[in-house]
Amino acid sequence: MAFKIVASQCTQCGACEFECPSDAIEFKGEKYVIDPNKCTECEGVFELQQCASVCPVPKTCVPA
Amino acid sequence: MSAPIISLESLTNTTSSGQLLTTAKSGGCASSSCGSSSRPTDMDSATWEKIKDHPCFSEAAHHYFARMHVAVAPACNIQCNYCNRKYDCANESRPGVVSEKLTPDQALRKVIAVANEVPQLSVLGIAGPGDACYDWKKTRATFGRVAREIPDIKLCISTNGLALPEHVDELAELNISHVTITINMVDPAVGEKIYPWIFYGHRRYTGMEAAKILHERQMLGLEMLSKRGILTKINSVMIPGVNDQHLIEVNKWVKERGAFLHNVMPLISDPAHGTWFGQTGQRGPNALELKALQDRLEGGAKLMRHCRQCRADAVGLLGTDRGQEFTLDQIPFEPGYNSGKRHAYREVVARIRDDHLAAKNQAITTLASVSVRGSLHVAVATKGGGRINEHFGHAKEFQVYEASQTGIKFVGHRKVEPYCRGGWGEEATLGGIIAALEGIDIVLCAKIGDCPQKQLMEAGIRATEAFGYDYIETAISALYAAEYGLDLSKATA
Repeated sequence: MAFKIVASQCTQCGACEFECPSDAIEFKGEKYVIDPNKCTECEGVFELQQCASVCPVPKTCVPA
Repeated sequence: MSAPIISLESLTNTTSSGQLLTTAKSGGCASSSCGSSSRPTDMDSATWEKIKDHPCFSEAAHHYFARMHVAVAPACNIQCNYCNRKYDCANESRPGVVSEKLTPDQALRKVIAVANEVPQLSVLGIAGPGDACYDWKKTRATFGRVAREIPDIKLCISTNGLALPEHVDELAELNISHVTITINMVDPAVGEKIYPWIFYGHRRYTGMEAAKILHERQMLGLEMLSKRGILTKINSVMIPGVNDQHLIEVNKWVKERGAFLHNVMPLISDPAHGTWFGQTGQRGPNALELKALQDRLEGGAKLMRHCRQCRADAVGLLGTDRGQEFTLDQIPFEPGYNSGKRHAYREVVARIRDDHLAAKNQAITTLASVSVRGSLHVAVATKGGGRINEHFGHAKEFQVYEASQTGIKFVGHRKVEPYCRGGWGEEATLGGIIAALEGIDIVLCAKIGDCPQKQLMEAGIRATEAFGYDYIETAISALYAAEYGLDLSKATA
């Protein structure tokens, strides 16, 4: 039950980081990564995953 | 018309600020006693104070003052069909493009380095990529830090307006005096063709619903800014067949809500940029179509015609981007701010502007005294300071003026590939320049070779270096008078 970011597609705008209600997204090394232990897929908080909803590049923030 | 002998170029080239101040003070009167009165006649003095040093909000200021953008807020809450978030190129010069994204601390470092080196610097903007109001924490941190170090720098932001209303109070607290909102429609049915989606209230909206929310937030934000006396500029992207006719309606709406300026920009839609419009073959308008629309908008909200659609990390005077000189690897790690150069420059500009205004007024008198009605389209090569001071072969753009009996109007600019690269002229380039100068009667420059002059003449365009280093208006009025048969001795008496 987690999402992941396809690093090669990511523009590193960081919108997902501050929209994530679980504080699961971090800029690590040279890329944004989702911590699978913290990611809840926004269940119970929002109808749809915030990271995927705000991401400007299609198919970049996807189910892991 | 005689001008003070201190040239702006000598000021901007000087490296030591002590030396600069000496030069500045050697010119006679101090700026405080002369004042800076070169205010257009159709503007109150409070508004003039706000815009006189802002190159984007004032056509008069753009000859003297420079802006810089820092790309600190890359996150965006909407998708536009003219934007591709993956595109990133050092050779492209257009909105949204940036070669390095900065943290607020890196931005502070860069602003100080530029302020120390570019005395014309008066404005710091956050203009993409991304939205300055949506990525608000980074915008706020950057402005807070810079304002502490350089209190007199003007702060401005560019936004799509969606997240604007909730930050208007803080914008006012941070002393952000100028805001640009991109508004391409007031009818959601038009908006639907421009915006595939928005992210608002923790969810993504598409279609009419998205455009309707965006429209309502834009209007609310604009009204809130107007109420607080923050000057607003509205940027509209002109998209032929999508919103070109509709922009007349947009102009009315924004004027009613207190917009100070309306800037209609041509869509850039090269397929290589990978934007939706680029990939689907949506074309942008040409220079004459843009001018025709701008002319139809005269009488509505005041129009901006000197926009260069600069990069999101541009540095310097409009039209001369020096961003590549100030990448992080080229600037000191801890530059201390030295206000000397900027202050000295301002003192001199205050004096020169009075002289420039006198020259402009003289030019208007000359035009009014011409008995035959006519108009003249003039393209000018300039490096700034309001003078004809650029060589034909070095010009990256020509500023276009239209002279008639009623005055001299700035109507826009035409970008070109410089004719001289490495010291010789290239034939193919000259062909491109001639095409770009369509409709121009006369080209004014500081210097031009016989060969390009002859070829321009064959294309029906006169070019002369006879007015080199004169004020632009002085030269144009003299040309106009000569063209329409006035006895010059009467006009200058």
